[in-house]
Amino acid sequence: MSDAATPALSRRRLIELVGASLGGAGAYQVMTRLGFASESPYRGPIRLDGDPKGASVIVLGAGLAGMTAAIGLERAGYRVSVLEYNDRPGGRNWTIRGGDVFTELGGASQTCAFDAGLYFNPGPWRIPYHHYAILDYCRRFGVALEPFVQLNHNAYLHSTTAFGGKPQRIRDVKADFDGGVAELLAKATRKGALDEDVSAEDREILLEALRSLGALDKGFRYRAGEYLAYHRGYAKDPGGGLGAEPAAGEPIGLDDILTSRLWRGLENFAYYDFQTTMMQPVGGMGRIGEAFARQIPGRIRYRAKVVAVRQDETGVSVAFEDLANGGAAREARADWCVCALPLSILSQLPINVSEPMKAAIDAVPYASVVKFGLQFSRRFWEEDEHIFGGISYTDLPIRQISYPSANLNAGGKGVLLGGYTWDGPNAYEFTAMSPAERVRRAVEFGAQIHPQYAEEFENGVSVAWHRVPFTLGCAGEWSDEARTAHYNDLCQIDGRIVLAGEHASYIPAWQEGAILSALDAIGRLHKRVVAT
Amino acid sequence: MRRIVPLVAAFAAAAALSASALAGDAAEESVPMSHGRQFDEQGGAEIFRDVCAACHQADARGAVGAAAYPALAGDKELASADFVLSVLFKGLRAMPPLGTMMSDQQAADVVNYLRTHFGNSYADAVTAAQAGEARRAAAP
Repeated sequence: MSDAATPALSRRRLIELVGASLGGAGAYQVMTRLGFASESPYRGPIRLDGDPKGASVIVLGAGLAGMTAAIGLERAGYRVSVLEYNDRPGGRNWTIRGGDVFTELGGASQTCAFDAGLYFNPGPWRIPYHHYAILDYCRRFGVALEPFVQLNHNAYLHSTTAFGGKPQRIRDVKADFDGGVAELLAKATRKGALDEDVSAEDREILLEALRSLGALDKGFRYRAGEYLAYHRGYAKDPGGGLGAEPAAGEPIGLDDILTSRLWRGLENFAYYDFQTTMMQPVGGMGRIGEAFARQIPGRIRYRAKVVAVRQDETGVSVAFEDLANGGAAREARADWCVCALPLSILSQLPINVSEPMKAAIDAVPYASVVKFGLQFSRRFWEEDEHIFGGISYTDLPIRQISYPSANLNAGGKGVLLGGYTWDGPNAYEFTAMSPAERVRRAVEFGAQIHPQYAEEFENGVSVAWHRVPFTLGCAGEWSDEARTAHYNDLCQIDGRIVLAGEHASYIPAWQEGAILSALDAIGRLHKRVVAT
Repeated sequence: MRRIVPLVAAFAAAAALSASALAGDAAEESVPMSHGRQFDEQGGAEIFRDVCAACHQADARGAVGAAAYPALAGDKELASADFVLSVLFKGLRAMPPLGTMMSDQQAADVVNYLRTHFGNSYADAVTAAQAGEARRAAAP
């Protein structure tokens, strides 16, 4: 977050110290007192009191940030117009369905061949329960949500170098890691090795907790048997009638779990951002962008490529190319400008803002991210492997395979998220391939986890975000140093221009960050307008 | 995307595409992929093909969308090897500092390759030691 000298880090250090000595609950109390871990800054629908007296605003970009700003300002009485490069609203809020054509930078085109009703979200795909703003907008704009399965105990953790490359069930790795560690800790506790740190009274409670949470037996051992089966399930599940007696499985030894490194995958279920309940729009994430656009009918001008932004004492002029008419040069003017273009675009445009803001615009590299949508002739992950939603994690270049959370157990075809690679060498290597080669490789890698790929794969699409013409990258990646040096400058109102987007938030790469940034920007802009 | 092209045109484009995609398949070599947080590619040509070409394209001619990736072919900015090394280790605007995922030798190799190919012919090759200096200079 911030650097060594700042108070924020010393607070963080304090929290770590308290966390280490008191455990999570103690740390949480301290965090709450210091203002972290409190509720979302979202306080319900924005109210912009006061008369803007017919002021006009031009909004650049019809992603969620731009449309949040446009909707809020129009409702407050502004004359609003929006310029958008694409021929659709939403920006990175985007769903690809059968028949869609996507042409990436470099000219390669893909025509999605998914069957009707199947889709793939190349950008955002899940919404945490604590992203109150986007959830509130979905409720108000009629976007139906359904559960997104993040943790499925029956999905896999996979490493090419562990267990002979055989994927392991998340349930087994988690139960055996927890059980193995609990057994060790119980042993140390009973030997008195923790007596300096644990009071005599707490010692008994700790042992009770370890037995309960680690599924230890009466002798504080993690061994095959009744207790272990509570967490790990069975080698042979209980049934009905004759011969129905269950058989408990043998745990994987802690040594094997540790050296496999498969425990690394478990962090994906601990992160605050990934905790249950997560949600997704029914029918694809793009439903949100479509719903936002319906709130401001006729206000968005599509296929408008912004080429320059110039402010003067009385307003802001935006030069753009009308892509629907051979790129004809056009100009739009308004009293104020909310610029919700990604910094990867904005940093290349002539724009007369202050030196500090320009430096901030230039300070943020964009992440390299690649995603794959793969259609299969049957939902073998459900039919053969009993995996209903959730994510398998792997050390292969595809990194993860996500199973659809909708239409569970309904049979028929399905689309997997066949890979989601964020930064690192593999993201660039995938991006440098042709779309067809990318998909071919994703199928080849995925077949190491699901051999059914070979028989059941039908068609696929891939989106490499550095080749997406409207963003040239996935999302802003602030370094701690850059944020300390530039973030506040980025968020200032500069004359008649204010920026918005996930890059102007502390929730980068999430839609919540885009919306909260836009609400903050128009709130401050409105105050200034009403005051002038 | 949707609604960009009328249906008939979309079909024609798709047909043309599959033909070119097939041709591309035959031509495209299946490249090895890196195993960790550092690029495994060795030599300037491999590194350019798997890393730089992701944005600047295989022919180094760049690409144009809502903004652009500059062409590195026939690029006068490459005259200064120090500048190129600095971009590789510091990044430039939205370009990430890709040199942080390369060794000094890899960084020197790709800079030398770029400055002697694609219509660029700068004779002053950089060394791994120079790349190391640029890396240290870029460290925050």
